[in-house]
This record gives sequence, structure tokens and C-alpha cells, in this order.
Amino acid sequence: MGAIFRRELGSFFKSSIAYIFLAVFFLFSGYFFCAGTLYSSTSDMSSMFGALFLVILFLIPILTMKLLSEEKKQKTDQGILTAPVGLWSIVLGKYLAALTLYIIGISITLVYALILSYFGTVVWSSVLANYLALILLGSAFISIGVFISSLTENQMSSAIVSFVALMLLYMIDSIANLFSVHIIKNILVSLSFYTRYLEFTSGIFNLSSVVFYISVAFLFNFFTVRVLEKKRWS
Amino acid sequence: MVEVKNLTKHYGDKKAVDNISFKVEKGEILGFLGPNGAGKSTTMNMLTGYISSTSGQVLINGTDILEEPNKAKANIGYLPEIPPLYVDMTVMEYLNFMFDLKKCKLPRKSHLKDICGLCKITDVSERIIKNLSKGYRQRVGLAQALIGNPPVLILDEPTVGLDPQQIIEIRTLIKKLGKSHTVILSSHILPEIQAVCDRIVIINKGVIAADGTAEEIAKNLTNEHKMVARIEGSSKTAEDKTDIINAIKNISGIKYIRADMEREKGVFDYDIEAEQGMDIRRDINKICFEHGWNILMLQLSDLTLEDIFLKITMGEGHSENSSDNNEKSSAPTTNTATETATPDKTDEKVSDNTAKPEKIKDSKKNSKNNGGKK
Repeated sequence: MGAIFRRELGSFFKSSIAYIFLAVFFLFSGYFFCAGTLYSSTSDMSSMFGALFLVILFLIPILTMKLLSEEKKQKTDQGILTAPVGLWSIVLGKYLAALTLYIIGISITLVYALILSYFGTVVWSSVLANYLALILLGSAFISIGVFISSLTENQMSSAIVSFVALMLLYMIDSIANLFSVHIIKNILVSLSFYTRYLEFTSGIFNLSSVVFYISVAFLFNFFTVRVLEKKRWS
Repeated sequence: MVEVKNLTKHYGDKKAVDNISFKVEKGEILGFLGPNGAGKSTTMNMLTGYISSTSGQVLINGTDILEEPNKAKANIGYLPEIPPLYVDMTVMEYLNFMFDLKKCKLPRKSHLKDICGLCKITDVSERIIKNLSKGYRQRVGLAQALIGNPPVLILDEPTVGLDPQQIIEIRTLIKKLGKSHTVILSSHILPEIQAVCDRIVIINKGVIAADGTAEEIAKNLTNEHKMVARIEGSSKTAEDKTDIINAIKNISGIKYIRADMEREKGVFDYDIEAEQGMDIRRDINKICFEHGWNILMLQLSDLTLEDIFLKITMGEGHSENSSDNNEKSSAPTTNTATETATPDKTDEKVSDNTAKPEKIKDSKKNSKNNGGKK
């Protein structure tokens, strides 16, 4: 797992992906920090955190698009799948590499909080809870991206399908409103990534949401392992 | 070391590999031969655990590749058809990555240095793989397979893209490795298989068509014993030919004999074919001795690996074709011989030739020439 993790992380920085991801994330988070927090002269960063949901929704497919699809295309998967490593190690190595780069990116929000703390009082518990929420959201989204990347050989289609999938998850609340049947509505709302995320930004630390995000991350990594496994058997 | 039992792989309805079994011992180099789409790469992918088999078993060092994949895979160095190289890494970075991936316990620096030396990639070790030529990439792929000194090496077309000098080097290297490793290699290049491998498995349409040394396979395939004898008659003129043909025809087990080209004055080559399993060389020698003829040359015409390969993979239809082609090339000279021979010695081949106007023309030309000489 370590070898794959190091290679993937190195590969992010060797290609332009890491720099594009970090630059775009810094640009938008910086804008929302300025517009939402600094210009309204408040130490409350929740508006910025709320806006970041859409930013990472656009950026995570870029992180995950080539993780497994490119291996298949370049036939390098023959190298790792015939090496004495398990499928979980391969998938987790790649997943954690993307997650690490993501965490490096979102850690800029802690720097924003530090800047704020010079000018006023920052409620650190709220900032850290938001930061945790971003990590949880990212870990769920990345696992979905890795899963979709394992389904295709083309990184562009991987990125587009991932983006559509994440967009649908974002729209799940408005889709839920279309249903008049209560049960379906409730099920859909409880699956909403956005509602759960907004809870964090408004200062509610809901343990069930934590469990929800971690479960999604685990589930999709499990699916990815199954996809790799299935490829060997078909 | 490597044992394959009743290995089968289906892709949907298509049987890519159908119930193949073989065993490779330590210190043996097995050549895997077959036309495109015969199931070579599929078999190799199953041996290395890249894909699973539909049924059957692969044992590496006694470990089942599907039951305990990590343990079995640790014993294998695999060079796939397309070397699995990450083109954005330098050669050294890549080898270090594979070193970590294989959880290799050997001293890193000296081991990688040795391998780079063996594969002759030391001078490109700091270059990015993207910028390397096909030959270098192939060698980096081979280097990757050698990391960790695995007892089993599986190489899918290891010399593709190399120049002749490098091919010789890699073959020598494989031969050297073969002494202490189990090597399975596939190739399209027949002389290569012949030069490197102790044993050959020919696979066609997913089944093993032949298994053994090149000589063994050739022996099994040869239905007829063909030979060429160059005999000098006692009177040293063309008239001896009839006597010689008549005399040899009487040896039991002879299928046919015909005179071929006149090599020297009064010396002819004779194509002789005997029944299967009959060794008539001594009889020929005896008859010649009795008549006072001299045997100047006696040569068995063996099947080359190319013949074997074509014969197995193309089926009987093609082998007939190819012998037809041989006849074509030897037709003119054959005809001159049969023309001078008495009619009852005219074998089927002649009537065959009369059906082909082109050949008759040729033979006329030839006989004219011969007449001119006389």
C-alpha cells in the first residue's frame, strides 16, 4: 500500500493535476473567504464552508479521474495486479493518495482561520468541526470518484461521469421535493450529502452524519475492490 | 516449480484456453509458441494471477495462485506483452517503486544496481521512461521482472523491439537465468525459441498442439522419412540413374524414389521416401556397395521449427500446400529426370506435373538446356 500511495502522490505532483487542484481550490476558497467573511467583517466562516461544497464537487473528479482508468489504459495494472499485494492495498493506496492531496488543499481554511484570529475571536471548535466535515465529505466523494475511475479506461469519461454522479447527489434534495410519497422523500433526504454538510457548517455536530460519510467511503472502496476482482473473473 | 493442471478460460462462449496441462521444472526454459490469438498471453496472464481461470489450477512452487495469491505472486517475475511502465517516472524511481511493491528484502541499492547492469540500463537510469525508446522500455520491463530475484520468470515476448545486438545479449541473459530459475517465455521468433529454450510448448486455438524438445516434436510430426542421397554410378554417365532407381526401389519399405538434379557428371541426387519408422540408410549403403556405386552424400531432410509451426498451426491443408510449393521449385529438374527414366518409373508426381502447363514449359526449357550440354 505504501509504495502505491507514494507513487500516486508523486504522480499528482509530477503531472499538473496537483497544481491545478490546489490553485483552483485556493482561488475559490480565497474568494469566498474574502467575500463571505472578511468583507462582512465577521469571524464566522460558515458561509465560506457552505460554498466550498460546490467547489470540491467540481474538483474531486479531477483528482480521481485517472487513478485506475489510466492504469488500465497504459496496461500498468498488469504490473501491480501481478505483484504480491492485495486488491485492498491497491485501492486504498490510491484512495489515500487522493485524500492526502485533498486534505493538503482544504488545510488552507485553517490558515484563513489563523488570519482571522489576528482580528477577532475565532470559534475554533466550529472551525475544526467544519474542517472535519470537509474531510468527511471529501473522503466520501473521492471514494465515489475512484470507483467510477475503475469502471472506465478513459480518464475524460471518468471525470465527466464522476462529476455527473456528484452533481446528482447535490441535487438529491430538490429531487426529493418532487416526490409526494413521504417514505421516498424521507429516504432521499436522509441520503443527502448537502443537508448533512450544511448541518456541520451551522455548528451542529451530528454523529450519524459522520457515520454516514465514513460508510459511503467504505462502501465505494469496497465496490472498487469488487470491480477489480470481477475483472479477473470475467 | 510451475504446474498447470487442466487450465481453461472462457470469454463468454469463446474458449480462449481449453484444458491445458504442463509442468516446468527448476532450471528449465520453456518456450511458448503459437500464432496470434492462440491463447499464449491469456495463459501467461493466468499463470501470473492477472486474470483467473474458468477452471483448472496453477501451482507456483506448490502454491495455488488463486488460493494464496500473494505468496504465489512473490515467486514470480512477470514481463507482460506491454511492459507495465509508468511513463512519468524515471527508470530508477520506477524500479524503486517496484522494489517496494514487491516488498523485496534484498539490499536495495546493490540489488537495483546489479539488475540495471544485467539489463544494460545503467546509463538511462535517471531518464524519464516517456523519453526512452522501445528497446530500452523493454529492458526496463525485464529489469522490473528480475527485482527480488524471483525463482519463476514469465516473459511475454521479451525481445520485441530490441536491435540484433541486444537480442543476443538478452537471450544470453535468459539462458544464464534459466540455469537457476524456471523460465517460461513466449515468442513469435522461432529461431529465438530454438536458441534459448530447452522445451517447447506449441499452443493453437487454446489447446496444446505439441510439447517437447524441438527434435521430439519434429520426430512425432514427421509421417515420412525423407532423405536425399547423392550417388555416383559405376559408369559415371546418366544411364546409371535407371539402374540406381531400380535397385533402390526394391528395398522393402521404400515409398518412392526419384532422381533429382545432376550435381556432377554422372552424379545425381535422389529424393527417397521410406515408410514411417523404417530406417533404410543401411540398406541403401549395402546396395550401393554391392553394385560398386559411391554414396557421396546421404542426408535426412528434417523438419525445421518453421515447418513444425506451420504444420501444427495451419493444419494439414497448409502442409500440403507448402509441399506443393516445394514441388514447384523442384519440378523442372524432376521432369528432366523422369523423362529419361523409363515410363514405368514415372511416379505420381509426374502426372501431377502434366496438369500444370507452366511446369511443363519449364521442364522443356530445362531439357533443352540439358541437351545442349550433352
